[in-house]
Amino acid sequence: MSHVRVLVGTRKGAFVLNADGARKSWTVDGPYFPGWEVYHLKGSPVYPDRLYASQSSNWFGQQIQCSKDGGRSWAAVGNKFTYEGEGGTHQWYDGTPHPWEFKRVWHLEPSLTDADTVYAGVEDAALFRSTDGGHTWSELSGLRCHGSGPRWQPGAGGMCLHTILLDPSDQSRIFIAVSAAGAFRTDDGGETWKPINRGLRSEYIPDPTAEVGHCVHRIAMHPSRPSVLFMQKHWDVMRSDDGGENWREVSGNLPTDFGFVIDVHAHEPETIYVVPIKSDAEHYPLDGKLQVYRSKSGGTEWEALTQGLPQSNCYVNVLRDAMAVDGLDECGVYFGTTGGQVYASSDSGDSWTAIVRDLPAVLSVEVQTLT
Amino acid sequence: MIRVILPSHLRMHADIEGEVKLTVKGVVTQRSVLDALEAQHPVLRGTIRDHATQRRRPFVRFFACQSDLSLELPDKPLPDAVASGAQPFLIVGAIAGG
Repeated sequence: MSHVRVLVGTRKGAFVLNADGARKSWTVDGPYFPGWEVYHLKGSPVYPDRLYASQSSNWFGQQIQCSKDGGRSWAAVGNKFTYEGEGGTHQWYDGTPHPWEFKRVWHLEPSLTDADTVYAGVEDAALFRSTDGGHTWSELSGLRCHGSGPRWQPGAGGMCLHTILLDPSDQSRIFIAVSAAGAFRTDDGGETWKPINRGLRSEYIPDPTAEVGHCVHRIAMHPSRPSVLFMQKHWDVMRSDDGGENWREVSGNLPTDFGFVIDVHAHEPETIYVVPIKSDAEHYPLDGKLQVYRSKSGGTEWEALTQGLPQSNCYVNVLRDAMAVDGLDECGVYFGTTGGQVYASSDSGDSWTAIVRDLPAVLSVEVQTLT
Repeated sequence: MIRVILPSHLRMHADIEGEVKLTVKGVVTQRSVLDALEAQHPVLRGTIRDHATQRRRPFVRFFACQSDLSLELPDKPLPDAVASGAQPFLIVGAIAGG
């Protein structure tokens, strides 16, 4: 029988939740790496018991942990992230040049084909790759050095590379996103990159339609249609049907189009989910009501999903890496909040229940469907 | 024998209970103590000193003999009491938060 494993990264450690295919009863293991920030953890699609975790601390720096038994035990692997070449500068908050400085790994993306290969998106924004199970890391410097790097600038959370999408139909194609630079794509395995931000409009930069400088919060893709991308930008929900060459807004009837997460139903490539957040100044749901919005038409027409979610006095946030879906026949949808709840729906979002609550602030949620 | 006391985060990370006891060849300095510590516990590399610059991470402090030695040069000899093992060398995470 299938079962589901949910990997939760929090401000003070990692947690692993397990349930059978019914998804009614959950076990909670952890905290792993107690007291450390765990920005993200994710399993290999090749060997699902191979997990990678990003463990960091403002005091003691970055660690990468690897588990080969589904999270029961962990071992520290390599934590040396060195930028290639001279380093160069990006823009600081005040527009002055600022040298690239490594701070932490925001996102780990295991290869679709090789359990020892894993990509790391880091702050200050760059993409690294390990081909030896995380022991050593090399920068794919063509991204940072392709020309627009000196114009990148940090968002409020830092200048982070937070999204890595591997194209299942083309191993040479990778999409990434940086706050606040925008989205980028390589078609040659990471050697060369280009900005893919045409159609984005951001009023908070001097040229609202600039090639780079957009605060992209998250991009999602359905594996069956890797040229169709969905984006939650700082403001605006966007869609591209041509691999990011052009974007159009699909915010439609959302009550606010600010937010962080966006994800796609496991079996319906036109069904997408967002969690609207009031504004860039007020990072919590509108009117204290936690609502997931679902579009079954790839955007523009949205419906509120509220059953089982708090509809009063709720002022949590849902951060960019904190939503995921499982692959069971009736798609499960999961998200974590800065209030420490992980909500799950086993009916594609129609109803929700908290499968754990009162964790430290949730930074990331990933889901594995295991047989 | 040099005695080193680590903050709890690093003790857990390196699976260490209590003090670390080190043998340091030559002059006992911040650098030689940290080199010996990292050789004995490689997972601590990068946690106390930056990988690239080998400089102390900003929120880490070094105390010994009721003194803050954080700003001393890394090759300056540590106090005799540390070199003899009479006093521990403390690696401390700076206090922060509420």
